[in-house]
Amino acid sequence: MSAPTPDTNAGMPLVHAVNVMKAFDGNQVLKGIDLDVRKGQVICLLGPSGSGKTTFLRCINQLETIDGGRIWVDGDLMGYEDRGGTLHELNNRAIAAQRRDIGMVFQKFNLFPHKTALENIMEAPIQVKGENKAEARERALTLLDRVGLQDKPSAYPAQLSGGQQQRVAIARALAMQPKLMLFDEPTSALDPELVGEVLAVMRELANEGMTMIVVTHEMSFAREVADEVVFMDGGVVVEQGDPKSVINNPQHARTKSFLRRMQSEHHAVEHVPESLRDAVIAETHHLHDIPASNSDPDETE
Amino acid sequence: MSLTPSTDRPGLIEARPVRHPGRWVAIAVIAVLTAMLANLIFTNGAFNWPFVFQAMVQSPVLHGLYIGTLLTTALSMIVGVSGGVLMAVMRLSPNPVLSGVAWTFTWFFRGIPRLVLLTTMGALGVLFKKGLDLGIPFDWKIMELLGMDGTLRFASLNANELFAGLFGAVLGLGLSEAAYMAEIARAGILSVDKGQAEAAQALGMNSGKTMLRIVLPQAMRVIVPPTGNEAIAMVKDTSLLIALPLIDELFFQLSSIGSRTYKVFPSFVAATIWYLLVTSVLMVGQFYLERHFGRGFGQKAPKNKRFARSAGMGGA
Repeated sequence: MSAPTPDTNAGMPLVHAVNVMKAFDGNQVLKGIDLDVRKGQVICLLGPSGSGKTTFLRCINQLETIDGGRIWVDGDLMGYEDRGGTLHELNNRAIAAQRRDIGMVFQKFNLFPHKTALENIMEAPIQVKGENKAEARERALTLLDRVGLQDKPSAYPAQLSGGQQQRVAIARALAMQPKLMLFDEPTSALDPELVGEVLAVMRELANEGMTMIVVTHEMSFAREVADEVVFMDGGVVVEQGDPKSVINNPQHARTKSFLRRMQSEHHAVEHVPESLRDAVIAETHHLHDIPASNSDPDETE
Repeated sequence: MSLTPSTDRPGLIEARPVRHPGRWVAIAVIAVLTAMLANLIFTNGAFNWPFVFQAMVQSPVLHGLYIGTLLTTALSMIVGVSGGVLMAVMRLSPNPVLSGVAWTFTWFFRGIPRLVLLTTMGALGVLFKKGLDLGIPFDWKIMELLGMDGTLRFASLNANELFAGLFGAVLGLGLSEAAYMAEIARAGILSVDKGQAEAAQALGMNSGKTMLRIVLPQAMRVIVPPTGNEAIAMVKDTSLLIALPLIDELFFQLSSIGSRTYKVFPSFVAATIWYLLVTSVLMVGQFYLERHFGRGFGQKAPKNKRFARSAGMGGA
């Protein structure tokens, strides 16, 4: 916490990224991204593919190293230690420790296929935090309950639908009790009818006050859940602000054309799941209103 | 037919199957060949079946089977698999020293025929005529610098006995095997989706735990089938151990029975049967190993445990 720049007082944002740059083999993917995320905020990163949003997200928890700029999470400079103005690379152990408090959900779920749903969730608390098994198991079961999969603890990922796998992946990330959750296109690999159940869980999480950065193409989710949307294109932030004004009334030509394309492409599919989505949300709320032990027998999957 | 209410809608299919005259010809040919083989095996006196079975259970032969074949195979495969996995992990390490060492190891041991390696190994004693000492390297130089006499050695071993015995056998076959296993394990590790390691790292796992708990167990699915082949090949390669020379070995014992009794051919048949028996047992073991490491890949459904929250707490 000895970061020389902004002191870790209440005004310091949870994520403070300044002039983040990244190139892959000479191809400049990020050209100086600035982003502040305050505690409890939900930020949606929008933009065409190749705009750098996923790369930026991966830079935050150091799955990619950055070439320039700085990223602070909760006052910690990511990847480096600043000793009197000189940056020193952190060793692997220190980097692993920094990642502990940042949950990540991947487009392709990346569940561990050789472990059951329950074991997937218990793995990191036991192996990384050294929690005892019984405790980790108890909490994993609570988390499964929270994502509506209380009846699937012993299922292997291959036996679950994409939507169920992604919900287990969210529970797995939550098991580490992260300060920040990163979502990398969490619904892009899902069949349209399974998108709703994952978004419902994410909505729930946002309502509970989790700080979230979400790379997504789900415009209605961004409009309804995000506190702020950030539109990226060509490695820079083109436009950012209140979701309703950016999505309904974009100022920049690039934002306009992207949103127009999204609407025409997604209109057909988005229309059907929308109605289903509401049903899923209603159901999730319903599940949480009743005690965990008497689960709804109608809950199907 | 009459199963559908409407007459012009087609009903169940009752068609003549395609004929396979070629299969019948093949069956006839194979039947004749099998009959010829059976005739040869049971009527040709050179087989001398009573002698074959008698030779198979002679105590030096059984001793050779236990020590030279089974024990050496088991120990060499332990050295080979653990060494190979270690070499594969080193080879894939970002540390250039580790990957260089692994590359050199593989280059050296993969390039030498096992017969040549074992023969040379048996002769290694010549390098250590005064015995192989265990102690601090360059101890005489250290003592000289300290201005003292004597040495810093804890034990001395007879190098000839060491390298020409079971130790030499396991060392030679094990290191040679490790070189092959390194490539197999490397392929297995590379076959695991990169997202798996990323997911583990995103959860805060360090690279060692990521490898041990996430990547290697999944790599095993790819590593186990060729390892079964390697184990079977290892059983067969123990027949080379006479090159060391290790005489507690199945094939050497049976061929010496053959030369002593002048019943050479039946002795070889006895060896053939033993090797087939051992490799068959290994194949059964491989089946169960593959099933174990195939967990979660849609090969078997786990027992349908209904999960009660309070009841599940005891197990873990």
